[in-house]
Parts: sequence; C-alpha cells; structure tokens
Amino acid sequence: MIEIKNLHASVDGKEILKGIDLTINPGEVHAIMGPNGSGKSTLSYVLAGRDGYEITEGSVSFLGKDLLEMEPEERAAAGLFLAFQYPVEIPGVANTTFLKSALNAIRKKRGEPELDAMQFLKLVREKTKALSMTDEMLKRAVNVGFSGGEKKRNETLQMAVLQPKFAILDETDSGLDIDALKIVAEGVNALRSPERSMLVITHYQRLLDYIVPDHVHVLAFGKIQRSGGKELALELEKNGYAEFGVNEAA
Amino acid sequence: MATTTLTKAPRGYDPAAAKPFLEQFDRVKDGLPGAGLSWLTDLRGQGHDRFAALGLPTVKNESWRYTNLRALDKLSFQPATDAGEAVRFDLLPTVRADGATGPRLVFVDGRFRAELSSTAGLPAGVELLNLADALTRKPDLVAEHLGRIAAPDDQPLVALNTAFLADGPVLHVPRGVTVDETIELVFVSVGTEAQPTAFHPRGLIVAEAESRAVIVEHHVGLGSCTTLSNGVTEVFVGAGASVHHYKVQREHTDSFHLSHTAAKVAGKGIYDNFILTIGAKLSRNEVTSVLDGEEGDTHVSGAYMVRGGQHVDTTTFIDHAKPCCTSREVYKGVIDDQARAVFQGKIIVRPNAQKTDGYQQNRALLLSDTAEIDAKPELEIYADDVKCSHGATVGELDDDQLFYLRARGIDKDTARGLLIGAFLSEALEEIAEESVRDAFQSYVANWQNAR
Repeated sequence: MIEIKNLHASVDGKEILKGIDLTINPGEVHAIMGPNGSGKSTLSYVLAGRDGYEITEGSVSFLGKDLLEMEPEERAAAGLFLAFQYPVEIPGVANTTFLKSALNAIRKKRGEPELDAMQFLKLVREKTKALSMTDEMLKRAVNVGFSGGEKKRNETLQMAVLQPKFAILDETDSGLDIDALKIVAEGVNALRSPERSMLVITHYQRLLDYIVPDHVHVLAFGKIQRSGGKELALELEKNGYAEFGVNEAA
Repeated sequence: MATTTLTKAPRGYDPAAAKPFLEQFDRVKDGLPGAGLSWLTDLRGQGHDRFAALGLPTVKNESWRYTNLRALDKLSFQPATDAGEAVRFDLLPTVRADGATGPRLVFVDGRFRAELSSTAGLPAGVELLNLADALTRKPDLVAEHLGRIAAPDDQPLVALNTAFLADGPVLHVPRGVTVDETIELVFVSVGTEAQPTAFHPRGLIVAEAESRAVIVEHHVGLGSCTTLSNGVTEVFVGAGASVHHYKVQREHTDSFHLSHTAAKVAGKGIYDNFILTIGAKLSRNEVTSVLDGEEGDTHVSGAYMVRGGQHVDTTTFIDHAKPCCTSREVYKGVIDDQARAVFQGKIIVRPNAQKTDGYQQNRALLLSDTAEIDAKPELEIYADDVKCSHGATVGELDDDQLFYLRARGIDKDTARGLLIGAFLSEALEEIAEESVRDAFQSYVANWQNAR
C-alpha cells in the first residue's frame, strides 16, 4: 500500500523527520506512538501534502506512485485520507456542501459518475446514523460550533463517505471522553477491511484498546526507534518513553 | 454662465470639471420634463449653480481621498440619445424564481421604457410610475418630497443629478399598505459607440406610516460602450413603515457608476439597504440613513467583488438623530488582481440620541498582492448612554482551511471558490428576503465561475 523510505523532512530549516522507514501492506493497521515533538504530526502532514515542509531526502511510494510529487487533492483522489488532529472550522460552508464537493471531486477524478443530491443524501444519512450524528450537524458550517467529540466524529464521517484506501488517524483520541472515543473507534473499525490500511498516530495506548493494531512503532527524535506487535503499546503504557531517552516529566 | 467665476470653490473641488456638463445643460434644459413647474425649475437651478460652483470633487477632498474622478474629465460625457429606445431585450434581470413579470419599472440609459414596465400585482392605492409622468400625474407628491433629503449643498454629484433630473422611479405606498410583491427597478446602461454617455436617474420612494415594501434595483450593462450613471434616490420611511431596499450593480467594466441614496426614517420605521457590487470600472455607492424618530432601525450593508482594474467605493453615513434607534452595518468584499476598494463608514450619534445601539463591521478579503483596500470608519458620539461598536479586518484566504479542503480531494481553485463564497455568503445573510438573497447568491456564484 505505502512504502516510506529514509524520509527526511524539515520545517524552517529544522529537521523534524530524520529517516523514517515504514511499509504498510493492504489490510494492515499500524500504530505510531511517540511523545510530543517526536515528529508524529509532521509525518501525517508530509504524507497528506501540506505546504511548509521540505523533503530533504527519501521517498514515499503510494500504490506504486510517487506520493511526494502529488498535490494534496491528487493524494485524496488516489485514496489517501488524513483524519486531522485539529479539524479546521470553515464558517459559511455547510458540512453537506463540503462532503458532497469532496466526494464528487474524488469520484470525478476516478472517472466515476458524480452523485446527485438525492443519492448523496441517502448515502450520507446512512453513515451519519452509524456515528450517532444528527442531520442538524450536517447543515451546520464545517466544524463550526462542534464539540471536540463532534469534530472527531465528523472526521470519521468523512472517512466513511470518501472510503479511502489508506487512512491516517492523527491523534484521533485527543480531546475525547471515553464514550466519544468508543463511537469514533467503532466507526473506524467498521471501515477495516482486507483492502484498506490504516496508520494510527497516538501518544497514548488508550485508543489502541479500541482500534487494535497489527503493528506498533515507536517514533522519537524523528526516527522509528522500535517496532513490534500490539504488546509494545502496553509496554509503553507501563514504562513510558524513558527507554528511548525521552523525559516527559520535564 | 458666469456662476463659475462668481463663487470661489472650496478646497477639494475642481470647478473647471463642471464645464463640459454645464454646456450640455444649456442644450437640454428646455427639453427636460416639468419645465413649466416653477419649483422644479428652481430646484434644477440650485443644482446647476451648486455644481457650477463646485465642479467635481478632487482627492484633496476628505470624502474623496481614495476615489479619483479625474477619469470623468477626459471623457466629456454627452447626454443619452434616443438610441437606447431601439434596444430590444430578450431577458431582463429579475429576482423572481419563476421568471414572471411582477411590478417593475425599466429604464434604459436613464429613460423610462413603458412597454417593458408593469404595475401588475400592486395593491390599490400604490403608485409606481416614472418621475417624468409623476410630474404631471402626481405633482404634489413629487413637490413635497423631491430634493428634501438629498441636498446639493456639499455634494457636487447630487447637485449635478439635480440639475439634470429628468426621469427615474417613483414609488408611493399609502399608509398601512403592505406590498407583497417585490418591486423591481431595472436600469440598463447601453450608451453609444460615438461618445461616452451620461445619465442621471432620480428616484423617489415614499412609504407612508405602517406601510411595507420590498424593492430591488438591478443595474446592468448591455454592450461595452462607456457610460456614466449618476443616480440619486430619496427614501422616506414613515412611522412604523418598513422599506427593504436592495440593489445589485452588474454593469460592464467600462462603465462608471455613481450613486447616492438618502433615507430618512421616522419613529419605529425600518430602512434596510443592501448593495451588491460586481460591475463597473469605477463605482461609488453613497448611502445615508437618518434615524429621525425614536426606535427607528436601519441596516446598511453590502458585498462587493472586484478584480482587474476595478475600483469600488462604499461611503455610508448613519445619523442617529433621535434616541433609542438601532443601526447595523455589515460590508464584506473580495478584491483580486489590481482592484481597489474603499470603505468609508461614518456614524454620528447626536447629543440627545441616548440608548443608541450601533454596529459596524467591514471585512475585506485580498486575493492578490496588488489588491488594495482603504478603510475609514468614523464614529462621532455625542451622547453618553450609547452602545456602539465597529470592527474592520483585512485578510487573505486561510491556508489551514485551504489545505483541509484540498486534503479531502477538492482542487485548489474550487477550494478557493468555496472559501470566497463562504466569506461573501455571510454578508448576504444580511438580506432578510429569501428570494432576493437566493438571486444575489447566484450572482456571486456566477462571478466566481467567470474567474
């Protein structure tokens, strides 16, 4: 699905990612755990194509294509999805308008027919129900006035509607109470399939109780320090990141 | 014409610029409607003399610092000819979703076109007619109101309009009458290839106590000849009456559009004004609303979208003359390329106007490095128990929002369009009438699609 090789990235001349190697196969769910400032969010933004990051070395191949050459919208059309840690508020753009524009843009790029208003509404109603979202949330402006939990559910809804091949969940657990976390996790789990891969980025092990990964990687100082199975997450929960030279109490 | 030399012009005016206009005046004055009415001759004379004394304002004039009318000098505008009368229209703009013709008046190059106009759907007693006819059919109504709010004093363009006033829309809504149908006033600029054409539409809206009307002005251009529309409209809002006055200006980008709207609002009256500006090379909308009775309410809002070398000027004046009135002003604009916008918003709260509630907001979105906005909010408050706030922001498109949309598969141009549309739609929310809001929204969308 995606193959990241020796990826180096800088922001304002400061190197944040210092050689990431990571391969994710179809159907796999990988978790990247790491302390604050380890480069977790940088990795997700670099993969999604945000401006402001300079790739100094390395490559990323996504479904056989050079991901780093693609515009953000091309990456989305190719099947990459980033669930934002901080979903952006867009006053004046209704959530439905946003979702419909996104879905039809992607369908168009894939050569599929665009959905009309009725078809779209039917699809989106079905998905909102599963995420305990109301019609009212669809009518509101994108993320405006949404609680932390509603924003994350809205991210999950977008993922459910857009049906990506590869989803990056950036700190999806941040700002969620346990009930909201369960709803979001259920939504994510419903999307797990042998054809779909996921990269779950988190600071805490808690989320991984609900979205159980196949592989866990520890990211610190811009590099993957250790990889293992889901038991690695439990170990980190117990011992913290001290083993990797990180003093989080400071 | 010795007047130009008799009066020394105050600083900030160029009397010499009046000359070409005044020469035409001598040629057309005998043909102006209502020439036999002495009060009207006097009124025109006042306009003429004042304009002769002042001429056009220059950028040394505080109110015209950011808008330069020198381009008008060079063009030597001529009065409209009959040519416009031959023009046929397949389609005139309307906010009616069904495209049916409701009550409307149509003016081509300032001249009334009866065969395109209609009074269908108006309740009994409501008068909707053109000024030239009103001078014979309703002389008392016109004499009582014309020139009472929009005085030529220090307004040279109002003076110019007053000198040449010939035609325009007149609406009279009697006491207690609600006009359900939206009244549309359509102004088409055509001009001629031969020479730049000027016209000076003069409007009069009188809404008696407890009446209600919704009025939409369309200003559009046909062809690409250079035209100058210098309109003045006076609006009388009676006690407890409400007038919703919307305007969209979509003239082509070789036209000049100058407009002065002056409203006077009696106690508990509502005057609601919204102007959407898309067209013209240079446009200036002056809106003045005087809250002249207690518990009056006025909304003076608008949106504009300019690009290329367009220049749009919004100059508003809200006068809280009496206590317990509210005013609300929301202007939002999008400026692209080398276009330039000006916002001058003055609010005055007179010493006795206690319990005034005033709100002003002006926001601009700059889409290019060469786009420009000059904003000058002015609050003069002489009462002490007053709530008045104002804010101005100038910004660019938000990178985080753009990235968020693109990360969902929406291409850059579409994402920009969505954000621009969102920015403007907030201003359009100020339009209370749904059908008007929808129509204006579609004009905004068309502008974006043409980008």
